[in-house]
Amino acid sequence: MPTFVYMTRCDGCGHCVDICPSDIMHIDKTYRRAYNIEPNMCWECYSCVKACPQHAIDMRGYADFAPLGHSVRVHRDEQKGTIAWRIKFRNGTEKNFLSPITTKPWGQAIPKLKDVPAPSKEMRDGQLLYNEPKWIRMDDGGLRTLKDARLTLKKGVAY
Amino acid sequence: MLDFNPFAELSASIPPAVMKGYVVLMAVLVAAGTLFDIVHKGSAKYFFTNWRRPNRGRALGAGELVSIAAKTAVVDVLASGEFCHTKRRIAHLLTMYGFVLHVVATVAMVFGGTADVWPRLWWIGGIMLLVGGYWFWFFIRVDVAAEGSSRFRLMHADLFVLSLLASVTFGLIWAWLLARGSGAAWVVFALYVLASTVLFGGVPWSKFAHMFFKPAAAFEKRVSEADGTHQNLPTLTRDDPEQQARHSMELLRNAPMDMGLGIKREAPRHY
Repeated sequence: MPTFVYMTRCDGCGHCVDICPSDIMHIDKTYRRAYNIEPNMCWECYSCVKACPQHAIDMRGYADFAPLGHSVRVHRDEQKGTIAWRIKFRNGTEKNFLSPITTKPWGQAIPKLKDVPAPSKEMRDGQLLYNEPKWIRMDDGGLRTLKDARLTLKKGVAY
Repeated sequence: MLDFNPFAELSASIPPAVMKGYVVLMAVLVAAGTLFDIVHKGSAKYFFTNWRRPNRGRALGAGELVSIAAKTAVVDVLASGEFCHTKRRIAHLLTMYGFVLHVVATVAMVFGGTADVWPRLWWIGGIMLLVGGYWFWFFIRVDVAAEGSSRFRLMHADLFVLSLLASVTFGLIWAWLLARGSGAAWVVFALYVLASTVLFGGVPWSKFAHMFFKPAAAFEKRVSEADGTHQNLPTLTRDDPEQQARHSMELLRNAPMDMGLGIKREAPRHY
């Protein structure tokens, strides 16, 4: 789902050019607006979409995957420390999410592995990885499974 | 100097009817060029198709639409409210108001305005435009500020700003030379007319038409905020107490509501 730019919204500030890890967001030489120079090299990381102060960048879903009226848009509000997603499905269903931004300043999120006590034999033999369940928020119960939620997997496409 | 009306002086050599005809021709070129641009790029078609799309959200009353149009005019157009970059906004305001004052004063003087205020507005507007325009051209232009290109590299996108700057620069130099009675004034006058013709005649190939499509886009954005569709953008925020109380927002429980500028703390210039 490569990015594209709404030309009327873009003011050519260059934040997307700055942040693109694939270096494919560039400033158009005719209109001085940003554009994706190589959509098939876009790895759909959404960095530019989140960085754009004008919300001028959107994702174009592949026609077989997300046709007709779908929308996946994001607002990264760094002043409030949140990231919000609004997802519209083509059948009109809408999902809204709001989460804290968990990006840490450079050098602040290095685990101090030297200070961590060595795992016991029981932990070594267990299924959980380092810092689980704490870091994946399973501390208020076990791993969430379909069975726990009394759901069953349906065959085929379920709506 | 600010009281010198160059067009009054010029009318001794060029008949006022010719000057008026030239101004009318330029106005016609702008109108025709803008219409051509709208048809060629399909911007009006896009605007109205978008306007009529079925999932528009809540229907807005005429009063609300007028209020949105007034907000767009005051905030987005008159105060260049869409710019995030403060320097660009100041440069744009200087250039825009300088251009308006300069053009209005030019038309007034060509059509026989003799009030003292017109020459002053003509000079002050021109100087404002030059300050804003050259500041933009040499320091703020995105491919200069961010991509590290030469300040003198020309490309298609520069047609508008360069012809605007050339027109006003030559105009002011011509008026200054004319006031001093210099013979070189005619050479500069020819350049002034040439640059002005390129500026107003080049509408289909330059970004001159942005003064029409940018307000339309700003209006559309405000309408989509008012009708609840918000251009499909998320509407959940931390201001909502219900959202603050959610389990996954625990990390931000004691965080301040303003956590700093984030990505906006630095202008983009690192690539």
